[in-house]
Amino acid sequence: MLYRTAGQFKTSYQADQALFPVRQDAILLGVILIFAWVVLPMTASEFAFQTMLIPVLIYALAAMGLNILTGYAGQLSLGTGAFMGVGAYACYKMVTLMPWMNPVVAILLAGVFSAGVGVAFGIPSLRIKGFYLAIATLAAQFFLVWLFEKWAWLYNYNASGAIQVPNLDMFGLWVSGPQAASVTQYYLVLGVVTLMTLLCINLTRGNLGRTWKATRDMDIAAELIGINLMKSKLTAFAISSYVVGVAGAMYVFMWKGAAEPNVFDIPLSFQVLFIAIIGGLGSILGNFLGAILIVGLPVALNLLPNALGIPISSATVEHLNVMIVGALIIFFLIIEPHGLARLWALIREKLIVWPFPY
Amino acid sequence: MKDTEGYVTADGRQIGGVLMEMRNITLRFGGVVAINGISFDIREGEIRAIIGPNGAGKSSMLNIISGFYTPSEGEVLYRGERRPAMKPYEVARMGVARTFQNIALFEGMTVLDNVMTGRLTHMHAGTLSQALWFGRARDEEMENREKVERVIDFLEIQNIRKTPVGRLPYGLKKRVELARALAAEPSLLLLDEPMAGMNVEEKEDMSRFILDVNDEFGTTICLIEHDMGVVMDLSDRVVVMDYGRKIGDGVPDEVRRSQDVIDAYLGVPH
Ligand SMILES: Nc1ncnc2c1ncn2[C@@H]1O[C@H](COP(=O)(O)OP(=O)(O)OP(=O)(O)O)[C@@H](O)[C@H]1O
Ligand SMILES: [Mg+2]
Repeated sequence: MLYRTAGQFKTSYQADQALFPVRQDAILLGVILIFAWVVLPMTASEFAFQTMLIPVLIYALAAMGLNILTGYAGQLSLGTGAFMGVGAYACYKMVTLMPWMNPVVAILLAGVFSAGVGVAFGIPSLRIKGFYLAIATLAAQFFLVWLFEKWAWLYNYNASGAIQVPNLDMFGLWVSGPQAASVTQYYLVLGVVTLMTLLCINLTRGNLGRTWKATRDMDIAAELIGINLMKSKLTAFAISSYVVGVAGAMYVFMWKGAAEPNVFDIPLSFQVLFIAIIGGLGSILGNFLGAILIVGLPVALNLLPNALGIPISSATVEHLNVMIVGALIIFFLIIEPHGLARLWALIREKLIVWPFPY
Repeated sequence: MKDTEGYVTADGRQIGGVLMEMRNITLRFGGVVAINGISFDIREGEIRAIIGPNGAGKSSMLNIISGFYTPSEGEVLYRGERRPAMKPYEVARMGVARTFQNIALFEGMTVLDNVMTGRLTHMHAGTLSQALWFGRARDEEMENREKVERVIDFLEIQNIRKTPVGRLPYGLKKRVELARALAAEPSLLLLDEPMAGMNVEEKEDMSRFILDVNDEFGTTICLIEHDMGVVMDLSDRVVVMDYGRKIGDGVPDEVRRSQDVIDAYLGVPH
């Protein structure tokens, strides 16, 4: 009865196209938003901000970007980490060259650079598919990280070779750098992620979303019904890379505070890919579920045994984490390719008919 | 020109001028000559059938019309003008829609979304407007949804609207594919064996839909079909192909009586 839809009849297509045709979904979302915007920031500890809240949001955003390309448009990419790097370096160059620039504007503009780079590396997708495209994006990954190392202008010729986030303020409030408070950074990240999520939901449920899905499901038929495949794929690369780039800029500016080139190497690409797979390809919600799991798992593994009084070394935690994530990936790839999002959809369907399944 | 005059069918429908003309089309795949110097036309408002034994080159002909293959020789004329080499998506945007011999639906999408993709060529809102779900994008979504719902009602698939296409049985998939093509409001509808693999009842339904489409919307239809009974009932004029050549062209009765056709096709079971 929790999720009863009886009595909720759609009287127009407009109502049917509303974001939440089922009222309970809207209520649930409202509760989540209140938690995210009010309850959590008021109650969270410094530790919670830094190990859970901020990284979950940033990883979810990066996975959402990847999901647009891979889950919706069907173009596999293994270069997400490097595209996050492009966003981070672009943001760094902008705020150091133009210190007067509003940091949020810089973060949002940084995505434009990664979008451009994404389109350039997306051009091979017009010719090659699947495995071969994945290899091409892997080449992009190697090339870009190499560039981050070798092109000293990118990190302002720092002796360390790393980018160091400066103290930046907005309306008299420190928003990045060592001076910034976690709660401020959390709110900024939350604002950007909320906005991006809304835009991504709209894009994927509308005409462009259908164009991408058609390209993914059967490209030949897609072309014969009037889809310009080149345009479809390149817009997917552009929008995906934009979102990934914004996530990358926030990854460094709102969370890590500093980054060496190797931060953006393959492990980061895979971490984001795993979030998208476990969360569910072709789903927006899934990115958040996947990020909570992937970010939260090592934290839980560290905290739980101690709380239960079982001594466990950090090396063991590391190993356990890798093993569990590996098992989850295999589970989802084989049993439920649509990930946690599909599991939630199934539970929701059950709740709609519960307690009378017929 | 005589081409603009048209004719009146046996059941009294007025057929218009030439919509699409194939002139001396030849198509080769390496050494294989799939189509060998064929000419025929499709007139506005008619139901034109292409028949012939397996491998005769029928699907290849549809693929040429829809721009998927480029003919090795010959030309395609659209409303009397030579059509330059075009990409399939450009042909689709000119108002040519089609279904496929082997169903080509988007399996990961719902029936509704599949049919909505048929409207792609009519939707022009920019990316920003779509991202904000505001202004033109929202209006277009609403208008086109209404059009799509009319097609869904017309083909009687209301109750599977929200079902993922992958879960549907064969006969319904064929119908959804027709819905997607109809949603485009094409000026020329190409159907490649719309009734293949269907039982008698499903075939009757499909025949009725094809006749209704032609009747209600005046859509020009070019279809490939193996079932002779169906072809004779449905079509106004028939092209017969065999081994890439044209061996007959005319109204069903005429074609049925032609000795060449009987020898090559009707007489030979396959
Ligand atoms: N892409 C291709 N490459 C090579 N040969 C092809 C190709 N497409 C078609 N052919 C050949 O062209 C000939 C005509 O094929 P087509 O599919 O047009 O026949 P059809 O009349 O539609 O037959 P069916 O009734 O079996 O569908 C066949 O010999 C086929 O093998
Ligand atoms: Mg065929």
